[in-house]
Order: sequence, then C-alpha cells, then structure tokens
Amino acid sequence: MKKTVRHLLLALLATSSAAQAAGPTAQALAFTCAGCHGTDGSSVGPSSPTIAGMDPDVFTDAMLDYKNEKRSSTIMKRIALGYTDEQIREMGFFFYRQQPRTKPQKTDPELVALGKSLHDSYCEKCHEEGGRPGDAGTLAGQWMPYLEHAMSDYLNDQRRWPRKMERKVKEAVKAEGERAVPALIQYYGSQN
Amino acid sequence: MNRINRRDFLRLAGGSTLAAGVFGFPGLLLANTRKVVVVGGGVGGCTAAKYLRKLDPTLDVTLVEAKSHYTSCFMSNEVLSGDRSIESITFSYADLRDKYGVNVIIDSAVGIDPVAREVRTADGTRLAYDACVVSPGVDFKWEAIDGYDAQVAETIPHAWFAGPQTVTLRNQLLAMPDGGKVVIVAPPNPFKCPPGPYERASQIAMYCKHHKPKSKILILDPKAKFSKAGLFKQGWAQHYGFETDNAMIEWVGKEQGGTVSALDPSSGTVKAEAGDFHGDVVNIIPPQKAGKIAHIADLVDGDWCPVDKRTFESERHPGIYVLGDASSAAKMPKSAYAANSQAKVAVAAILARFAGQEPGEPTYVNTCYSIIAEEHGISVAAVYRLSEDGKVITSIEGSGGLSPMDASAEHRKREVTYAHSWFQNVIDDMMQ
Repeated sequence: MKKTVRHLLLALLATSSAAQAAGPTAQALAFTCAGCHGTDGSSVGPSSPTIAGMDPDVFTDAMLDYKNEKRSSTIMKRIALGYTDEQIREMGFFFYRQQPRTKPQKTDPELVALGKSLHDSYCEKCHEEGGRPGDAGTLAGQWMPYLEHAMSDYLNDQRRWPRKMERKVKEAVKAEGERAVPALIQYYGSQN
Repeated sequence: MNRINRRDFLRLAGGSTLAAGVFGFPGLLLANTRKVVVVGGGVGGCTAAKYLRKLDPTLDVTLVEAKSHYTSCFMSNEVLSGDRSIESITFSYADLRDKYGVNVIIDSAVGIDPVAREVRTADGTRLAYDACVVSPGVDFKWEAIDGYDAQVAETIPHAWFAGPQTVTLRNQLLAMPDGGKVVIVAPPNPFKCPPGPYERASQIAMYCKHHKPKSKILILDPKAKFSKAGLFKQGWAQHYGFETDNAMIEWVGKEQGGTVSALDPSSGTVKAEAGDFHGDVVNIIPPQKAGKIAHIADLVDGDWCPVDKRTFESERHPGIYVLGDASSAAKMPKSAYAANSQAKVAVAAILARFAGQEPGEPTYVNTCYSIIAEEHGISVAAVYRLSEDGKVITSIEGSGGLSPMDASAEHRKREVTYAHSWFQNVIDDMMQ
C-alpha cells in the first residue's frame, strides 16, 4: 500500500517534470545510455544492468554516488560527471516510466528455492514483491552477472550498504554460509 | 483504424508480401505520409531507421543497403584471435523489417538527387524522400600505398570491413608457422575505429601467445601517437613483453619511420621510411575517406561530409542528414557508439522538422572498449554537448576519459565483460 501511494506520487512528479528548461530533453539524454543499457534501459548484455522501471531516487542516488566517487565503477564515474544533478533526476524519471523487458536466464532450481526462502526472510521487507521495481534497487529478472559484481562490491567495501542491507545480508550468510549470496542471485535471476 | 499503423494495416490486408503488391501505390493510401530514405545499413543507418519508426510509426522509412547481412566491425578483432566466430558478429535485417516496419531494400544506392529529393538504386528504383539519412561509413584511399588496391586486398586483406576478409586474415594466421611475422600497417588520422589497429595487434598476440609463441607482430604507423596508447602499451608490457628483448608486439611510429608508401604483393614486403619489412601475414589498413555514395552525391568537402552538428544535416545539400564515420563530427571519434548517438540526434532533428519545430538541444555520448587479453579490457568514454558557437561537439568538462593506468586486475576483467555487454546492447539498440 505504501508502495502504491509512493508510485502514484512519482507518476505525478514524472509527468510534471516534462515541462523543462533549456537543454536536451530527458528522452534525448536517456537515449544515449542505450548502447550499454539497452533500448529504453532494458539491457540484453548480462553485465550491464537493466535500468528500465528503476525507482528514480535509486537511479539518482546511484548516479550521484558515481559522480562523487562514493561508489566504485569502471566507466560510470566518467559518464555520470557529464550530467548536471537536474539532468540525472530527469533521466531517472524517464527510466522509471519504461517497462523493463527481461530475458530468461539459466538457473539452478535448488539454489533458486534456497534463494527464495532467504529473500523472504531477509530481503522482502525492502525489496518488495520478490525484488520487483520499487523504492529499493530492482532485483527481479536482473542480470545475474551484474548482481554478482554488485554483491562483490558490497562485500568488499567498494560500495556503500544502503540502510539495513549489510546486517541482513550478513545474517543470511550466517544462516546459509557461502551459498547464501549465490542463491539469492539465482533466485532474482529466475524472476523475469 | 486510428490505433493501427500502416504495417498492421498491411498485415490485415493479407500478409506483407501480398499487400506490398496490392498496395503498390503508396500515393493513394498514404498521401500525407512522410518518407525517409536511409542509405547504409551500418550502426548509424540502422539506428536512425529503428528510432524513426519507434518514435513515429506513421513514417514510411526505407533502408537501402547493399549487403543482405550486417557484420559488425566491432568485436571482429576477436574473430582473429579465435575467441568468436564470424557468425557471432553477423546479423540479419529481419527485425528492422518485421518488428519496426522498416522497408529494407537490399541494393546499392547509386545516386541522390537533392533537388528532386530522390535516391536511385542500382536496379533503377527511384525512392522519393522528405528526408534522407546517409550513413555510408568509410571508403579507402587506395592511391595512398603503391601496389595495394581492392584486388590485392583479397589476398593481403585490410579486414577493415568485417566479413570475408576477416576470415581470410584469420585463416592466414592459422596457416602461419610458429615464429612467423605479422605486419600491420596502421592508417593516418582520421579513420574509423581509432583504437582498432592496436586492439587487433593485441588480439593477434593473444592467439600467438597460446599457439605460436615465437611469432612477432610489427605495427608500422604513420602517427606519432595513437588512441589509448598508454593503456595499450601497459597491457602489452604486462602480457606480451612489450619493449623487452622478447617483445611479441613492436610498434614503429612516425618518428621511427613507420610511414608506409608501398607494398610488393608478390613477396609480402612493405616499404616504410625505416626500411623494407617482410611479413608472413600482412594486414594493411589504408587511409580513409567518406563512403562512395557521399562523394557521388556531392556531400563531401575534401574527404569527409560537413554537417550542422546540431542536426547532422548536410551543409552542402539540405534535407540530407549525414552521420557516422562519413561525417565531420569533430570532436567525436569515428566509432560505432558515436554513430548510434548521432543517429538519435539526427532523428530528433528530422522529427522536429516534420512537426514544423526548431531542433532541440543535442546531447551525445561515446563509449569504446578494447580487449587486450582474455581478462584485460580498457575503455574510453565521453559525454558531449554542442559548443556555444555550434561548430564543435565538445566534451563536457570533467567528464569522460580513459580507464585509469595501473588499474586492478578486477577492474580490467570487468571491462571485458562490459565490452561484451556493450556489443550486445549496441547491436540490439540498432537493429533488434
């Protein structure tokens, strides 16, 4: 319910942000991302995440973190520095309005089942509905190689843990050992 | 009917082939339909065709391309190392036709009449247009190297258009004895894919390191420096003994006499300022200019096509938009990503013109990856804007640039995976 209200508000904001100042349109800005993140943000390359449907705040935070070197990256810092904070916000709304198109990935049913139970216990509170697009990063149907990079960055202190994530992930690892993170990734990869 | 676009209508009318025959008089059915003819089925042309139809499904968009399939130049160096097959970089135009409703004509464009607004193809078809997009890529200045021409290139390949010559070059590397010498002749600026010759040397070295470790690769270069040079040299030192007695890759630049003037095809010897060099495998990448149709259609000033950088409309003939490698789009490089980005700027400008509006503010991006070894990728990126005077596409201050020197192994490894994802997404964004 909380999520529905939030999405209604975001939809309103998204429409009102169409009236913009001089400079390239949000669409023109967002179109330049497609070569790495797919048409309208639905990636077909497994190391680049799908950003279609992403929560605009999550998008903006990620881009600002790249820009301000709070999140490690290979290329994204160099890209993010090319945009003003306002342009980043507008791109965020653009991608929020896009319907993600995900592709099936090969997963291991046993790990998927374990991942689902871990997700339900430790992750669902923030990554609602199995990690569908929402106010935490989109996980459902996300590319597994990308999720592997992301988790490795968290676990190696290359990326700031959001809110309660560090404690939750570490609890999951304590419960299921080294299989926990791969199982979660397999579960999300299976949800397209 | 108002929710059904022309393609759907034609489908309902009895299948696209039949419908094309029955409704062969577009003037009757589509009196007010705007027509765009796109010449060239590479990154620029395909992206333009797809995005025109994506953004305005009422447009009648025709793509004219000589080859029935597209083979990407990007990732074609990986065919040389054996890391991938030529089939894996070859794609059909079916999705542009079937998913996006682009009329795809496999034929050569042989003329463009900017007054009558018509493109003529080799079989005599005349295609009327309201806007024409020309994205023909590059052609070679064969006269630059004595003894080298299109016919010689069948056996001493340039392989600068991916396709049969890529396979020829790969087969020559397979047939080369261990201890053989590969000579790569790099072109002068400007040319398509600035890091390409150096990635090529890397990919050939990657193959030789595993299969023919006594072999050597010599790059003869008329330039004093080259794209991503620091990163390439660091990678070559790490993997291929660069600048040691046992170097697999050697680079001879302008100051060392790397400029090549002639080839003796019978002996496989190239004549450079520094002397004569024999190669068991010789790969000559000749100097370049805009593709042939750009010259025929009077779109060039010298070797390249001057354009309004806000719209990519030709400065020589209005209504014609030239993008990709053939255009003078300084300071964007002649790269796939640049062509993809430019196509979207041109599409926005064409749609604005059709709507009777001024073109919007353009924005452009380039990203380009090179793979030096199995787990060693590097990149260059830039976000651009139009300069205040509208004359230069300028990099936004503080943004872009190269992968860092001395980066971690994990960083280099990830850039390989991003390179491969980049490849899939660029192909998808242009034609799938």
